[in-house]
Amino acid sequence: MESISVLMTCPPVHPYLVEALEKRFTLHKLDSVPDKPQFLSSHRDSIRAVVGNAAAGADAELIDQLPKLEIVSSYSVGLDKIDLAKCKEKGIRVTNTPDVLTDDVADLALGLMLAVLRRLCESDRYVRSGLWKKGDYKLTTKFSGKTVGIIGLGRIGMAIAQRAEAFSCPISYFSRSQKPGINYKYHPSVVDLAANCDILVVACALTPETRHIINREVIDALGPKGVLINIGRGPHVDEAELVSALVEGRLGGAGLDVFQDEPNVPEELFKLENVVLLPHVGSGTVETRQAMADLVVGNLEAHFLNKPLLTPVV
Amino acid sequence: MAVTGTNQSPPALSATAHDGDDSLPVVLIHRFPTFTGSLFPSLPTHFRLLDLLTTDASNLQSATAILCVGPPPPVTPEFLDRFPSLKIVVCSSVGVDHVDLPECRRRGIVVTNAGSAFAEDVADYAVALLIDVLRRVSAADRYVRAGSWPVKGDYPLGSKVSGKRVGILGLGRIGSAIATRLAAFGCQIRYSSRKEKPSLPFAFYKTALDLAANSDVLIACCALTDETFHVINGEVMTVLGKRGVIINVGRGSLVDEKELVEFLLRGDLGGAGLDVFEDEPHVPKELFALDNVVLSPHSAVVTPESIGTLQDVVIGNLKAFFAGQPLISPVID
Repeated sequence: MESISVLMTCPPVHPYLVEALEKRFTLHKLDSVPDKPQFLSSHRDSIRAVVGNAAAGADAELIDQLPKLEIVSSYSVGLDKIDLAKCKEKGIRVTNTPDVLTDDVADLALGLMLAVLRRLCESDRYVRSGLWKKGDYKLTTKFSGKTVGIIGLGRIGMAIAQRAEAFSCPISYFSRSQKPGINYKYHPSVVDLAANCDILVVACALTPETRHIINREVIDALGPKGVLINIGRGPHVDEAELVSALVEGRLGGAGLDVFQDEPNVPEELFKLENVVLLPHVGSGTVETRQAMADLVVGNLEAHFLNKPLLTPVV
Repeated sequence: MAVTGTNQSPPALSATAHDGDDSLPVVLIHRFPTFTGSLFPSLPTHFRLLDLLTTDASNLQSATAILCVGPPPPVTPEFLDRFPSLKIVVCSSVGVDHVDLPECRRRGIVVTNAGSAFAEDVADYAVALLIDVLRRVSAADRYVRAGSWPVKGDYPLGSKVSGKRVGILGLGRIGSAIATRLAAFGCQIRYSSRKEKPSLPFAFYKTALDLAANSDVLIACCALTDETFHVINGEVMTVLGKRGVIINVGRGSLVDEKELVEFLLRGDLGGAGLDVFEDEPHVPKELFALDNVVLSPHSAVVTPESIGTLQDVVIGNLKAFFAGQPLISPVID
């Protein structure tokens, strides 16, 4: 299989993944190519697979330039950077990395909720700056028992719900349709959910329908005591509206792992003590990234050996 | 140590004497002079509160109840000698390491603490610290605010929380609440406690050392006593290992702080989340540069909800005492 050309369209940040791919295939890293259009045209007949991630995948333009493309294997569970319709149309297989990262993302969602409500990062800053010697830190807000509203009750949403329940948090949710056999309270609209919860979590897939699912109306419904947690994708949130709501005190707080234009984060947020800002680390543990890499490689191998794919989407 | 002038009176407490209301039972307030926080607002409705630092000596002779706020100066035999009629010491904390319990028992004085008023908040905080240390929440937040993400690229990988072996030192109300929460993260819970609790589905280890040998994380939430002083020492840290994490929401002296700092600086311990220290508010400066350490100013209990519940527990204990009824949260030694 060493002669099979694989194109990595995302930055090659994970050495383990890069090594595993280089061992088995001829790996090209688009990130380090100086003249991308020239590279793509000279390699159009050899590239049979693309590896992408949350930052870059395979859009329609790229797919059109790779007529020999057979499979797109994403180092992520999110598929918003892949033109799925185009892949279906052309018979290109698509795989992602579900399940292996569910725990990490859910853990982090809880970590963000706790850090925001209990002002963990701010308290740490308080100690490191020597302020504790001058006086005690202030009261913070109790987490246990707060109502948690989840947008999207898929694998990650359910894992968040299970954890929050252990803190006696009542759970409510919004989903495209009500889920049978689920004891959590269903709300038929995001605004309704936001108006009736203390902490609102975005845990759904990013699609054209869910872009800006958190807009001004939802933020207003969540209100000055409400907290928004985003572990989905930056474009789920109207970021300009979010920033002004936080700066003006119309929203109680936010825990954000994803942003509209990563790695750029609105600087107005940097001085706020009711926000926690993370550099897209949702699945960022050694254990999970290795499992994700194994899935990417495993899917590619299965495809080229004509075996069933491990985690196909298309 | 600075000497205060004898003419200088300590700052007054903001909700003290209802001196006119003789019908209410008397409760003496015991505090450090520097404590000027307002007392529980509902207390004066039920009791006649007298500030130990300012009230007449004659009141000390007849008083049967003392309420500690603060934390207060230690309750020693010498202190107790001043109150010949004393029958109950009500504490506003869970920890009663500032009270000479054997001496109180000897004198027939019962001691109550905060009971479960704080259990949820402290448990929440312990979990918050653990996730922060393993997933580098505070460190990564600093990274973003410093503008490093566009410049330095992706943040280094953290360590998975779910599935970790978590050893809880002290399975009381707080320890049990921590266990319930982390079990939902798929963590494998084990514990060490004075007594085994066979009704609970967690593995029991007789010593902190055995617990450390079978855990990835140690959470200290037991009472500070002579037996548990420095229970987390160098030996325990060695056995816990280079990737081991220590979370302390109990009392600073449960951990040998000097050893802890050295282990962390050498890289012989994976990380620590600390809400309490041996000499608060002083925190070893060497820790400030470490990204695998999360520091907090003894704030695990400090939410309006738990303080409200604490007031209920304090008033409940005092009312029960004066009515001759069973106390809510007596400390059973």
